[in-house]
Amino acid sequence: MTIRFVLFVNKQGQTRLAQYYEHLSLDERRALEGEIVRKCLARTDQQCSFVEHRNYKVVYRRYASLFFLVGVDNDENELAILEFIHLLVETMDRHFGNVCELDIMFHLEKVHFMLEEMVMNGCIVETSKQNILAPIQLMEKSS
Amino acid sequence: RRKGHSHFPPSAPFPVFQIRQGPVRPPPSARLPHCFPLQQPAFRSRELPVPNFPRGGVPPPRYQAGMDTVEKIVEDFASDLAMSAFSSGMRLRDMIRAIRSCKTAAEERAVVRRECAAIRAAISENDQGLRHRNMAKLMFVHMLGYPTHFGQMECLKLIADAGFPEKRVGYLGLMLLLDERQEVLMLVTNSLKQDLNHSNQFIVGLALCALGNICSAEMARDLAPEVERLMRSRDVNTKKKAALCSIRIVRKVPDLAENFMALATSLLKEKHHGVLISAIQLCTELCKASKDALEYLRKNCIEGLVRILRDVSNSSYAPEYDVSGISDPFLHIRVLKLMRVLGHGDADCSEYMNDILAQVATKTESNKNAGNAILYECAQTIMGIEATSGLRVLAINILGRFLSNRDNNIRYVALNMLMRAITVDAQAVQRHRATILECVKDADASIRKRALELVFLLVNDTNAKPLTKELVDYLRVADPDFKGDLTAKICSILEKFSQDKLWYLDQMFKVLSQAGSHVKDDVWHALIVVLSNASELQGYSVRSLYTALQVYGEQGSLVRVAVWCIGEYGEMLVNNVGMLEGEETITVTESDAVDAVEVALNRYSADMTTRAMCLVALLKLSSRFPSTSERIKLIVGQNKDNIVLELQQRSIEFSSIIQRHQSIRSSLLERMPVLDEASYLVKRAAITQATISADKLAPPVNPGGLKLPNGVPKPTAAPLADLLDLGSDGAPATTVTSTTATAPNDFLQDLLGIGGANSSVAGVSSSANTDILMDLLSIGTSPSQNGLPAQDTKPVPVVPEVIDLLGSLSSSTSASDVKPTPVVPQAMDLLDGLSSSTSISGLENTALPSITAFQSATLKVTFDFKKQPGNPRESTIHATFTNLTSSPFTDFIFQAAVPKFIQLRLDPASGNTVPASGNGSVTQGLNITNNQHGQKPLAMRIRLSYKVNGEDRLEQGQISNFPSGL
Repeated sequence: MTIRFVLFVNKQGQTRLAQYYEHLSLDERRALEGEIVRKCLARTDQQCSFVEHRNYKVVYRRYASLFFLVGVDNDENELAILEFIHLLVETMDRHFGNVCELDIMFHLEKVHFMLEEMVMNGCIVETSKQNILAPIQLMEKSS
Repeated sequence: RRKGHSHFPPSAPFPVFQIRQGPVRPPPSARLPHCFPLQQPAFRSRELPVPNFPRGGVPPPRYQAGMDTVEKIVEDFASDLAMSAFSSGMRLRDMIRAIRSCKTAAEERAVVRRECAAIRAAISENDQGLRHRNMAKLMFVHMLGYPTHFGQMECLKLIADAGFPEKRVGYLGLMLLLDERQEVLMLVTNSLKQDLNHSNQFIVGLALCALGNICSAEMARDLAPEVERLMRSRDVNTKKKAALCSIRIVRKVPDLAENFMALATSLLKEKHHGVLISAIQLCTELCKASKDALEYLRKNCIEGLVRILRDVSNSSYAPEYDVSGISDPFLHIRVLKLMRVLGHGDADCSEYMNDILAQVATKTESNKNAGNAILYECAQTIMGIEATSGLRVLAINILGRFLSNRDNNIRYVALNMLMRAITVDAQAVQRHRATILECVKDADASIRKRALELVFLLVNDTNAKPLTKELVDYLRVADPDFKGDLTAKICSILEKFSQDKLWYLDQMFKVLSQAGSHVKDDVWHALIVVLSNASELQGYSVRSLYTALQVYGEQGSLVRVAVWCIGEYGEMLVNNVGMLEGEETITVTESDAVDAVEVALNRYSADMTTRAMCLVALLKLSSRFPSTSERIKLIVGQNKDNIVLELQQRSIEFSSIIQRHQSIRSSLLERMPVLDEASYLVKRAAITQATISADKLAPPVNPGGLKLPNGVPKPTAAPLADLLDLGSDGAPATTVTSTTATAPNDFLQDLLGIGGANSSVAGVSSSANTDILMDLLSIGTSPSQNGLPAQDTKPVPVVPEVIDLLGSLSSSTSASDVKPTPVVPQAMDLLDGLSSSTSISGLENTALPSITAFQSATLKVTFDFKKQPGNPRESTIHATFTNLTSSPFTDFIFQAAVPKFIQLRLDPASGNTVPASGNGSVTQGLNITNNQHGQKPLAMRIRLSYKVNGEDRLEQGQISNFPSGL
C-alpha cells in the first residue's frame, strides 16, 4: 500500500473530502485530521511540501483556498505524489470546469467516483484524465 | 436491640441501574418534508474547458478564495436539480448549505443530529426512493466525523438494487462507511459475486473496486476465482481493476500468490497504461508475498519491464499521458520500483537493467517536477540494486544536483535519498557533509529534521568533533521548536563519542548553557555520573559550571548540575584545586558559592527538584565552609514553612543537623561515593521498563468509586528513608551506591533520597543494616499497597521523632545496632489506620490486617478480622463504630448486604448508643461465609442509621478494600 489517505481541507481547516485506504476509527480520524491540518496550514509557501507525521509522510499542495493532502508510506516517491495531486486537480478541473471548493462540496460523490477510478486500495490505477472521466460522463449522459 | 438483617436486598447481587431507552424518534419539528415542490429548471449546458495550466506549474489561483459569487451558487443549484443521479438531490444540497452556514460547532452538531434523525426515520420506514440520497448525505456527515453506523445496512440494500446509480452509491457508501472488520461485510459477499459476473462491465468495475478496497481474508478466498477470470477479460478497464483487486487478495491471503504469477506476467505485454501500471504493482506485491513469486518474476518479467520502460521513455508525445513533456511519469516510477525489488541482491537481473537505467538517469529532463520524480526513483533503484560503479556515479551525481537545487522539495528528497545511500556508499555521502550541515540550519522544519538525522548517521570517530562543534554553535541561534530535537541528537552524539572526557564535559556544558531546558533528565544524570568518576576534572568542571551559572541561570538543567557540583566540590571551586593547563583562574569566595546556590534556590521557587538539590547543596556547603554555616542555617530555615511537605520537612531536618549535630555533620556530609558508570547505564536502560511495570503494579482504584480512607499516613515514611540515605552516606556500606546498582528507580531519587514513601522503600536494597528500617517503614504503608503480607511485619521499633533516629545513629554508627524500642503511642497515632490491635495480632501468623471500612465526617467504622482455623471460608469480623462528633448517636442501627455467594450473619450489637467524641464505641460481630473463597473477593454494602439530637441520619457506603484471603 502506498497511499494511506487523501484529504481535502480548506483554509479554515474544514475537511472537504476524506478517503482512507486503511481503517481508522472515527476518533482516530478526527484526531489525525486535526493534527495534520494544523501542521500543514502553519507552513509557508517557501517551505517544502512534505511533512512527517507519526509513521507516515504527508505530501500536500495548496490550490487557492483548498489544501490537498495525501498521506503516504515513508518509502513512497514524494515528488510523484505531488504530481498525482496535480493530476487529480486537473481531472476535477476538466470535469467541473474551473473547479472550486463548492463544486467539491456539492458533488462530493462525483469527486469520490473520480478518486475511485484513480486510486484503489492505495495504489494508483489510472493516470489518463480521459479514462478517469469516461464512466462519470457516461453516467451523466445516460441519466 | 435489633438483629441487623438488612432491608435492602439481603443477599441479592448489587442492584444494577438500568437506563431505559426508548427508540429514538425525532421530534416532529425535526422531520422536515421530504420533497420540496419542484419546478422544472432550465438545463444549463456546461462545456468542459480544458484547464489552461502552465505545464508542470501550479494552476493559476483560479478559484478565488471565498465563493465565486451568488450567481455560481444559483447556477449550481439549478444544475443539480437537473442532475438525476440523485433524483431529489436538492435536499442534499440543502443539508450541505445548512451545515455550511453554521457559525458554531454546536449549531453544526444540531443540524447533523436533526438530519441523522430524519435519515433514521426514512430508513425505518424503508423509503426506497430516498435511499441513495440519504446515503449521499450520510457520506457527507461521515466526512465531517459523525457516526453513521446506522446507514450500513442501507448500503447493502442499495448494492442489491438493480439500477446502476443505486449500486454506484451503494458501493461508494460501502467503501466509506464500512471496513473489513465489520460483520455486516460478510452479507455483501453474495451481492459482490453476482456483480462480478454481471454482463455490464461498469457494474463489474464497481464490484472489483469495492472488493479491492475492503475485502477481508474470507472474502478474498471466496472470490479469488472470479477475479482471476476477470483478469483474462477482454475489456481493459476490467483487467486493470481485477489486477489491482488481486493486490488486496494476495495481501490478505499470501498463499494465493502463485495463482496470479503467470497472469500478472502476461498482463505486462499489454499496451494500455492503466493495465500496465496495475500489473506492475501486482508484481511488486507478489514479490513481497512469496519468495517463489519473486524468483518466477525475476526469470519471466524482467525483459517485459525493460521493454515497457524503454517504450515509455522513448515514446513520442502522447497527450493523454503527458505530464510536462514526459510521458506517464507514474508508469516510469512503478517500473523503476519493481526493478529495485527484482534487482536487489540479484546480479544477473541488475546487469540486465543497467543500460535502460543509465538511459533514464541521463536522458530525463530535470527542469520539471515530473522529471525529477523519475530521476529520484531511478537513483534510488540504482542504489538498491547490484549496480556497476559507473551507474552508481550517475546516481551520486543526481544526488549532488538535487542537493544544490534551490527548490526545497528537491532538497528534501535529496536528503532522504542520502539516508539510503549512506549504507551503499558512505564516502560519497561524506563529501556532501558541508551541504548537509547547511541544511540542518535551514528555515524549513522538514528539511532540518531530515538533515539532522542524516548528520547523526554521518558522525564517526574522525569527524565527531568538528560536526559537534558546528551543531553546538548552531544551537545558539536555532529555532526554539527545533532545539529539543537538536539537543537530543547532540547529546546522543556526545555520549557515543565520550571517550575524551574533557571534550565531552566541555561540550555538555555548552549544550547545558545554550539549551539546558531541553536536556532530558537521563542525559544530565549521566553527566553527573561521569563527573563523579572523573576526579581530575572535577575542579575544572565546578569552575566552568559556576561561570556558566552566572550567565545562563535560566537553563534548568544547567542549574541543577551546577548546584550539585558546587555542593559536592565546593572547596575545589574556592581553592582552584586541579587547575588544567590554560585554564583561567577565577576568584570565588566561600560566600560567592553560597550566593550562587541561594540565587538558584530563589529563582526556581516552583521547581521542587531544583529547590531540593539547592537545599542539599547548601547543607553540604555548611560543612565545607564552616564560616558560612550561620547564613546557610538562615536560608535553609526560610523553607520551614514551605507548602511542599518534602521541602518543609527537609528544611527542618537540615536546620537541626546544622544546629545540633556538629559532631556528626562532617561525616554525614562527606562527598558522595563515586557512582558506578556501568550500573548506571544498565539502570538507565531499565528505566523505561520499570516505569511501565510500576504503572501496572500501581494499586487498583476502588471500583465502587467511594473513597474509603485506609488511614495511611504516607509521608511519615519519607523522612526516615531519606535520613537513612543521608546517614549511610558516610557509612562504610554505602547505601547510595547499592541503591544505584539495584533499584530501577529514578536516579535523582537515589542521588538525594528525595521521593515518595513507596519508591524510597523499594529503592533501598535489602542489605542487612537497612532491613530493620525497611520494616519500620513498611508499617507506614498499608499492606494492600506495598503488597507485603501482614505476617511479614515484625514487631519493630517505631520511633516517635525522626531526630531520635538520628540520635541513635550518632551514638552507634551501624544502624543494625538500633535496639528494638517499645512501641510509642504517639507514633501509633500517626499510623492511625493500624490500630493497636494489629500490632498485637500481627504477632500471630494467621491474623489479617484491620481496615477502616468506612469513614465520614461524623462516623468511623473499623473492621478487625479473625479466621477460623481449618475453615478458610468462614471469617469473623469485629466491627467497631466510633462517633467523631460531639453529640451522641442514639438508635444506632448497622445493616449490611453482601453478594449472593456470601452468607452473612450479624451478631447483636453491643449497644444502640454511640457516645460522643470517640469516648467509647459500639461493637458488633459479623460472621461471614464466602462460598467462593479464593475465587471471588469479599464485598459489602453497609448502611448506618442513627439519631442525633432526635434527628434521623442515614449513611451508606460500599466496602471494597477488604484484605485478600477472606
